[in-house]
Amino acid sequence: MTKLLDAPERPLRSSGPSGPAPRAGLARRIRNLLTSPKYGPVTVTAVLFVVIFIAGGVRYRGFFSGQVLLNLLVDNSYLIVLAVGMTFVILTGGIDLSVGAVVALSGMIAASLLQTGWSPAAVIPLILVLTSILGLLVGLMIHVFKVQPFIATLAAMFLARGLCYVISQSSISITDPTFVQLAVARIPLGGNLSITPSVIIAVVVVAIAVWVLHATRFGRTVYAIGGGEQSGLLMGLPVARTKVLVYVISGFCSGLAGVLFTFYTLSGYPLTAIGTELDAIAAVVIGGTLLTGGYGFVLGSVLGVLVLGIIQTIITFEGTLSSWWTKIFIGALLLVFIILQKVLTSRRR
Amino acid sequence: MTQTSVAEPVIEMQGISIAFPGVKALDGVDFRMFPGEVHSLMGENGAGKSTLIKALTGVYGIDAGTITLAGDQVSFSGPAQAQAAGISTVYQEVNLLPNLSVAENIMLGREPRRFGSIDWRAMRRRAAALLEGLNLDLDPGSLLGDHSLAVQQLVAIARAIDVQAKVLILDEPTSSLDADEVAELFRVIRSLKEQGVAILFVSHFLDQVYEICDRLTVLRNGSLVGEYLVEELLRIDLVQKMIGKELTTLDDLEQRARSVVVDESDAALFVNAEGLGRRGAINPADLPIAAGEVVGLAGLLGSGRTELARLLGGIDRADQGELAIRGKVTKLRTPRQAISNRIAYSSENRRDEGVVGDLTVRDNIVLALQADRGWFRPIPAKRRDELTQSYIQALNIRPGNPDALVRNLSGGNQQKVLLARWLAIAPRLLILDEPTRGIDIGAKAEIQKLVFNLAENGMSVLFISAELEEVLRLSHRIVVLRDRHVVADLENDGLTVDSLLALIAEGSSDDEVPDASAGMPLAGAAVPAVPAVPAVPAVPAVPGVPGADRPHDSAASDTDPTPTDPTGDPR
Repeated sequence: MTKLLDAPERPLRSSGPSGPAPRAGLARRIRNLLTSPKYGPVTVTAVLFVVIFIAGGVRYRGFFSGQVLLNLLVDNSYLIVLAVGMTFVILTGGIDLSVGAVVALSGMIAASLLQTGWSPAAVIPLILVLTSILGLLVGLMIHVFKVQPFIATLAAMFLARGLCYVISQSSISITDPTFVQLAVARIPLGGNLSITPSVIIAVVVVAIAVWVLHATRFGRTVYAIGGGEQSGLLMGLPVARTKVLVYVISGFCSGLAGVLFTFYTLSGYPLTAIGTELDAIAAVVIGGTLLTGGYGFVLGSVLGVLVLGIIQTIITFEGTLSSWWTKIFIGALLLVFIILQKVLTSRRR
Repeated sequence: MTQTSVAEPVIEMQGISIAFPGVKALDGVDFRMFPGEVHSLMGENGAGKSTLIKALTGVYGIDAGTITLAGDQVSFSGPAQAQAAGISTVYQEVNLLPNLSVAENIMLGREPRRFGSIDWRAMRRRAAALLEGLNLDLDPGSLLGDHSLAVQQLVAIARAIDVQAKVLILDEPTSSLDADEVAELFRVIRSLKEQGVAILFVSHFLDQVYEICDRLTVLRNGSLVGEYLVEELLRIDLVQKMIGKELTTLDDLEQRARSVVVDESDAALFVNAEGLGRRGAINPADLPIAAGEVVGLAGLLGSGRTELARLLGGIDRADQGELAIRGKVTKLRTPRQAISNRIAYSSENRRDEGVVGDLTVRDNIVLALQADRGWFRPIPAKRRDELTQSYIQALNIRPGNPDALVRNLSGGNQQKVLLARWLAIAPRLLILDEPTRGIDIGAKAEIQKLVFNLAENGMSVLFISAELEEVLRLSHRIVVLRDRHVVADLENDGLTVDSLLALIAEGSSDDEVPDASAGMPLAGAAVPAVPAVPAVPAVPAVPGVPGADRPHDSAASDTDPTPTDPTGDPR
């Protein structure tokens, strides 16, 4: 799938001055692929995912099944949506620390409004609008007042987390029939395989994001800002508008991820999703998006989420290990990936 | 070009004046460009080239004057407007996006679309057609960052002409290109010229200007010197117009203390650079410097004089050749290593790379010494005060208050503070890059005198200055650079400003020089002066150097802005 979507701008390298000669060896071609800042990290992630999956299949009985793979999507659909929004932001060279708190906030809004008898058909759009507005405010703060994205989104994070407590100090459970229905529904895929509605929503979000980033002027401007904001300005691109919009997208995705998360937990709790923003950032980076912006794919970020998910699955299968080992592995992996990005990309010229 | 001289100019700027706080960057400059002609804007640092370009492209507003584009008076509020009107600029630093494909870089913002989606195929077709129009064999789908800077430059040009440019401004396009790449660029420029585009080519490289340009305009200190047809202007005349010295007034230059006998045997060489170079900065150069020798570097801005000095000072790493310090081959990777080898580099960029404005005179003076000792061994307060006091007196720093903030000092006194800082670490080689730029005559003479005394005491000095008289006055040996090559290495013996100018402009070989200066009145006087060994009597003569107090000299130093000035060239 990655291959297909990237095809239109994959370098042919036959006539480019730095491309290999047509009869270059396979090793040379692999080397070129790995040292490309565009394809290198995401290729490594894909290989890593396959290796972990095979290793898990060899080590544990019952690991090698389609449902284990699908459960990666089922358990992480909200994280996929978060990572999509985060990809837009990081591609411009920014960062969004508020997404975890916004997930919790949208869960709290959903739970409290549903408790007072609101219809889900009103609650869900309202959440998406509110979180988009929060993203807009963050984006304006970053653009108009030239606040560092780190600081602006940190402020938004505290605001969102604080608002959670304003709504309620304790957990609110959701009994709304529609939500319960969506939480337990399974969509059969034939065989013994099934997915949840959340997975479908996440896949649709990913598909739209791929199209936007790849085939619209807005999407290309996102890449342009990451490649060089000053150059983008001098080329006459709408840098300001685009920079604000990526935070709106991230806000929208956080809201949507919050809704998917409540499908998963059927409650709103102010302390939920603490540190999720860091999971999303980790997924995006492991998925091959450069933290400095300009290089990366939404599908890479999806792959990053899957790598995080499969590590978690392995630890569950291991049985004796504390789930905190997941964090240690993810931390180590992140470190390795960031160093890898530096090393691979600096090899080039 | 005969057919263009009858045509209407596509751009006509008249009486352009721009003032920045404290500086008149442009003063009533006229400038015009004809279609199908390559025009060069020439001038030294601070002449106003960049300011004029920015006035033309709408980056700066103009205080007075008119700009006419194809017969209509225009005033641009920004580069986007100028571009829409057909004035495209390709900047020295390529302003493109290395993370996107060549096609995108050409078409970004104007991508062909189908049903709301970017039509990648049509986009690549159009980019390919454009590249083909420039005779470039380039895959439009390849990543821009995978290509050399030269190719990126050409892609920037492709982007610029896709918007139907009438005027194409190339600001220092060749500064990081090698010979083949320059040839490729020139081929593109010629083909654009045939299509009737007016091209403004700004470059420090005289050879390139003479190869590609039809007409040139010389600026000096924000004023117009004149507009000339390239074929009618000799190089030496051009250099004189840029530097602004009238040769006839130089004949009375007195004989200087160039007679010091310096032991140049290998044993006495303090540093010896052999084939030292850095790709894109300076071609491999030999530069031996003996202990107690003052070596002058002469050359135009961009000739490689600063680049060579930076290699010796450990600021930039050499990637070719080797450097021997006291006979031992040493690799200088950082300024710190250079300092521990007792080599100090005093930057031409006094404000940004020299003094720390918000620190006191005392702190600035002890900075390098303290860093050299290590921060865990603070210099005792008493020693600090003594040191500061002694340098304030020795160099006559005013105000003589060690607690004054350096940013409140005049340029000359800032320079002295900087000198004191380097002298405090007792260097064996002091590299002075434009130490006298933009400072008043008195301070200039004092610094020149100091250089003399230092060399007498056995310190080697590498002295760089745009003022040739100064280089001639101080140096035992003069190394001439042009277009990043060392073109001559001469004993300062019978050299004149004329012969140096000739070398800078033409780069004639070493043995032609004595012939060139033979006819000069000075040459005869120089020969008997050589046996008169002692340098001492020459020292007091320095403050009274005739060259230093000529009126146009002082005018030059007053108006010559520092490199950080808004009028300065972006280097």
